[in-house]
Order: sequence, then structure tokens, then C-alpha cells
Amino acid sequence: MTNVPDFLPALPEILMAAGAMALLMWGVFRQCDARETGIGAIGLFVLVGALLLIEPNEAVQTFGGMFVVDSFTKFMKLLILIAAAAAIIMSFGFIRHEKMNRFEFPVLIVLATLGMFMMVSANGLIALYMGLELQSLALYVIAAFHRENARSTEAGLKYFVLGALASGMLLYGASLVYGFTGSVQFTAISGVLTAEGPNIGVIFGIVFILAGLAFKISAVPFHMWTPDVYEGAPTPVTAFFGGAPKVAAMALILRVLFGAFPALEDQWQQIIVFVSIASMVLGAFAAIAQTNIKRLMAYSSISHMGFALVGLAAGTPEGVRGVLIYLVIYVVMNVGVFCCILAMRRKEGYVESISDLSGLSTNQPMLAFLFAMLMFSLAGVPPLAGFFGKFYVFMAAIEAGLYPLAVIGVLSSVIGAFYYLRIVKIMYFDEAAEPFVQPLPGELAAVLGVCSVFTLLFFVYPAPLILGAQTAVGALLP
Amino acid sequence: MIATAIAFYLFAAITVAAGFMVIAARNPVHSVLFLILAFFNAAALFVLMGAEFLALILVIVYVGAVAVLFLFVVMMLDIDFSELREGFLQYLPVGALVGIILLIELLLVLGAWVIAPEAASIAASPTPAITDIDNTRALGHIVYTQYVYPFQAAGLILLVAMIGAIVLTLRHKPNVKRQVIADQVARTREQAVEMKKVEPGQGL
Repeated sequence: MTNVPDFLPALPEILMAAGAMALLMWGVFRQCDARETGIGAIGLFVLVGALLLIEPNEAVQTFGGMFVVDSFTKFMKLLILIAAAAAIIMSFGFIRHEKMNRFEFPVLIVLATLGMFMMVSANGLIALYMGLELQSLALYVIAAFHRENARSTEAGLKYFVLGALASGMLLYGASLVYGFTGSVQFTAISGVLTAEGPNIGVIFGIVFILAGLAFKISAVPFHMWTPDVYEGAPTPVTAFFGGAPKVAAMALILRVLFGAFPALEDQWQQIIVFVSIASMVLGAFAAIAQTNIKRLMAYSSISHMGFALVGLAAGTPEGVRGVLIYLVIYVVMNVGVFCCILAMRRKEGYVESISDLSGLSTNQPMLAFLFAMLMFSLAGVPPLAGFFGKFYVFMAAIEAGLYPLAVIGVLSSVIGAFYYLRIVKIMYFDEAAEPFVQPLPGELAAVLGVCSVFTLLFFVYPAPLILGAQTAVGALLP
Repeated sequence: MIATAIAFYLFAAITVAAGFMVIAARNPVHSVLFLILAFFNAAALFVLMGAEFLALILVIVYVGAVAVLFLFVVMMLDIDFSELREGFLQYLPVGALVGIILLIELLLVLGAWVIAPEAASIAASPTPAITDIDNTRALGHIVYTQYVYPFQAAGLILLVAMIGAIVLTLRHKPNVKRQVIADQVARTREQAVEMKKVEPGQGL
């Protein structure tokens, strides 16, 4: 007879699942629009966030070791929660104007967020896969949410087919690892591998698992879907894709590599170094020729994931701390930039080509300033937040002796600066185009304000974030 | 023992043959029927292993629901399968090359394959031995306790799939008149019948 496991550590997840179902029922029976369920979803996020904050910090495992809660999961979950809430707030105006005002939208975001929570807390291959599928399935649906629009439908379908392929690779790798070690639990896998050392089958398994996970963070060579999906999906959905899922998948990569395969660090480090360099370089070069701002952000996110992986390649606690700080800063900048993109609306609808931005500084000087500031931050110009993100990961890489990686990273960051600065040039020095609809919706302006203040003033008081990341790393790398 | 071996080879051979016919049959309806045959034989293999619960689930879920659904879809959609196959020969060389390379690579990996010595003890089933308790009962004991987390997560995934299907396909058409029985019942004589006084010789 087995006993009933302890459900208490999973309370935030249970609350979120119950809340999602309650919101769904509320939407169906009240026949309400997305705004109402959206506000409900944000209320739910606030509750879950409060629960997370009052949870104790020490590591707890439950459900037979499948589910883990510690300060690392807490840090990541709070970040995901903030990114998801921002995406819902930003979507209010868009779904009203674009006639996709259906109550399921926030509910699907809540369910995707729940999947991300499960990914972050996963401590076994089965739990990993379950969380990943819950998240991905919800994301496929919201990518195609604008079903009257052929590009949105295409984005959803493309994402679905390629995502299914990635899941298949991940499962194949997981089965190889299980076949060798006889366990699906990370702690047990790590125990066997520490005793046995590397083995060709397990290395194959790690390669396949990493391929599946690299797809989720859109790292090269598994990035092909990113530009098309970013361009086709409705803009608030793209904003969501750029933030929370990347954080969750990165958390999963960290947990898998340090939780299950610390004994094979030499082997996976090569893979991470390669993926990191390829992402940085491809992201920097491919973005130059883009004319659509969402496609540009897709390549930008590819290169940013490459930068974040630099810290992981170092494999040290400082490196992982760098990854966490990088993710926080990246998410905030990403949300801010997408607020600016959502402000690009003319009377006839939303526009997304870079040339539409020309002369923004004469029409809307404040928006142009914030957009330019976020672009400088993405490029990594001090003293903006983006610089510190890069600083911490490159420092860790240098301390770990990975000089070529750090040099290539800095070089591709310089190349990347070209296309960010080109946007600034178009906004400030080109002839003014037809102005956008003014003023910005209140909620969009508020989110943009918060992101801008964070980006601009991060250097004044970075201690809380660095301390938080430090504690989180302490739980992951004892 | 010999009977079990014969049964195993019989069922296994039929499963493989039926599986081959699924992709080889020209008529898609025949493919689905062969698929059902493959499912039944796989279920028989499960019974041979002593996993009678899985065997029955396979028959009920896959044959009873999934395969029948396939059959409906194949019969209702007018897909010209010969047209779909047109490019087949053209892509065959490249496809075969990729397949063969992959096969060789997998064989190389499997050749060097070892299983960690601890694996067998770690993998020891979390359920009691088959002699103590039948496996339907054993599964029932752990599905809602030890494995309650993935079990509930699977439920949520199915919920998302359902929401997704409805969100992406359901269209509320305006101007469709539906029968509302409550309204019909609540209708009174005053609403339904109007008395007209007809003057003689005037007509209506």
C-alpha cells in the first residue's frame, strides 16, 4: 500500500489549475469577454504570487521525488508569473481592436503558465514531459488564436508540427536515459551516472533531450520556427512567447543539466558552447536584413538566448547566477519593447514594419525616447540594464577560462548593436511618417513605464535582484 | 511453456504483418482495418505478459474509439490518396538514404549499449509482485497516490486540447433559429392567438 503524497508543496500549482477551470466556467456561463477573464487571471496570478512569497525557502520534494520546490523554483516562478501577467495586461487593447475578444485567451495563458510552473518544478523525466506538453499545447492554440487571419493560423500550425517533432526527440532521449539508468528521477539518474561515468547511450540521450529543450528556447540550430511564429502570431502572444516560455525552458535546462547530469559536465558543456555561439552569431547577422519589427525581435531573442547560455556554458555558480539575472533583465526589456510595438497602431489597424516607425520622435517624442532607450539596453549599452545582464554572463565565462566564447559573444553583441541602433536612427533622423493613434491605452503605458524605469535605473540598486539570484543558485548548485 | 512461445510468435508475426499492411494497402479503409487487426494482436501480446488491464484498455480505447474515428474520417473526407502518393517514388532515394544512415547510427549506439548495473534494482517496479495482486488492482493503488501528479497533469493537458479544439473551430453563426423548449412551453394563449373580428362581405 502506498501512502497519499504530500500535496502542500504544490499548492500554488493546484490553486492555479483550480483557478483556470473556475475562470473557464465563469467565461462560459457569463458569456463574458476577454477583459473580464483577463482581470480574473491577473487576480489569480497575484494570489499565486503571494502564496509563492510566503512559502518557506528550503528544498522540499514530493510526489515520490517527481516535484521539487526550493528557492530556485520560487525565483523562476515569480519571474514567469510577472511575464505572464504583463502579457495579459498588454493584450487588452489588442484583442478589442482585432476582434479576437474571446474569454478563452486569458484562460489559455493561465494554463500555459501552469505548465511552465510544472516545468520549473519538475524533478523527473515524466514530470518534465507533462509540464512541457501542457505549456506547449496551450501555446500552439494561442499562436493560432486569431483564426480569421491566415498568418496566425499558419504560425500555430507551424509551431505545432515542429513542436511535436521536438517533443518526440526529447522523449527519445528520455527513453535512452531511462534505459541506461533505470530511473526517471533526476536524483537517481545523477547517482547512477556519478558511479558509472559517461556512456555512449546516455550521451545520445542528453543530446536528444537538449535538442528538444533547445527548440523551446529557440536556440540555433533549432530556431527555424521562431521568426515565422513571432511574425504570424498576434502581437501580445508574441510578447508572451518572448518572455515566460523562454524562462521556463531555461529553468528546465538548468535543472536537467545540474540535477540529473552533473557527472557528464564535460560532455554537455561542448553542446552548450556550440549552441550558444551559433545562436549569438546567427541572431546578430540574420536580424540585419529584417524589415518587420516582430521578425527582428525573433532574431533578437535567438541571440539573447545565446548570450544567456554563455553563463550556463561556464558551469559555475557565478555563471548560473548570470543566467538568472540575464533572464530577468531580458524579460523586462522584451515586455517593454513589445509595449512599444503594440503602440504602433494607425486608424486602419496595427502596423509592424520598421519603416512605419520613421520620424516617431517628432510625432511622439516620449514613446520614441523610451523605445530608443530599450533598444540601447537590448544592444547592451551601459549604464542600462541590458549591459549588466551581458556583463555577468561574460565575466563568468572569462573566470571559467572560456575566452573564445566570451570574445565571440562580445563581437556578436557589437554586430547586434547595429540593427538596434538602426531603429533609433529611423525614429530620430528619418522623415516623419503618418502618426500613430494617440494616446496609448492606460494599461499599456503603465507596463511600459514600469519596464522603462527598471531598465533605466537598474544600475542604481541592483542588490535585491543579485541577492535573489544568488539564493536561487544556492538551491540548484549546492 | 511451448504454447506461450507459439502464441507469442503468432501474435507478434500478425502484428508486424498487419502493421506493414497499414502502410502498404492501397485503399485507406483497408489500412484502418489492418490497424485494428494490429491493435488486437498487440492486446493479445499484453495479455501474454500478464498485463490484462493494458490489453483491455488498448482494445476499448484504440479499437473502440480511435480506430472507428479514423474510419469515419477516412470515409467522410474525400482525399485522393493516389495523388498524395504521387511524389513517393521521387522522394524515395533521399528518404531511404536518410533512413539507412539513421539505422546504421542507431545500430552503432546499440552495439555499445550497456545498462548500468544498478539500473535493474532502481527500476524494480513500484508495485507488488504479480503473484500477490493482479495488475489492475496494483495500477489502481499507485495511479491515485504515487502517480497522482502526472495523472492529473495528463488530465489538464486533455482539457487544454479540448479548449483548443473549441476555440479554433467553434463558430457561433448569427441568424440560426434554434428550438428553445422553455420558451415554447412558456408561451401563453394571449401571445399565440389573436381574435379578429371579420366584417361580413369585407374579406380579410
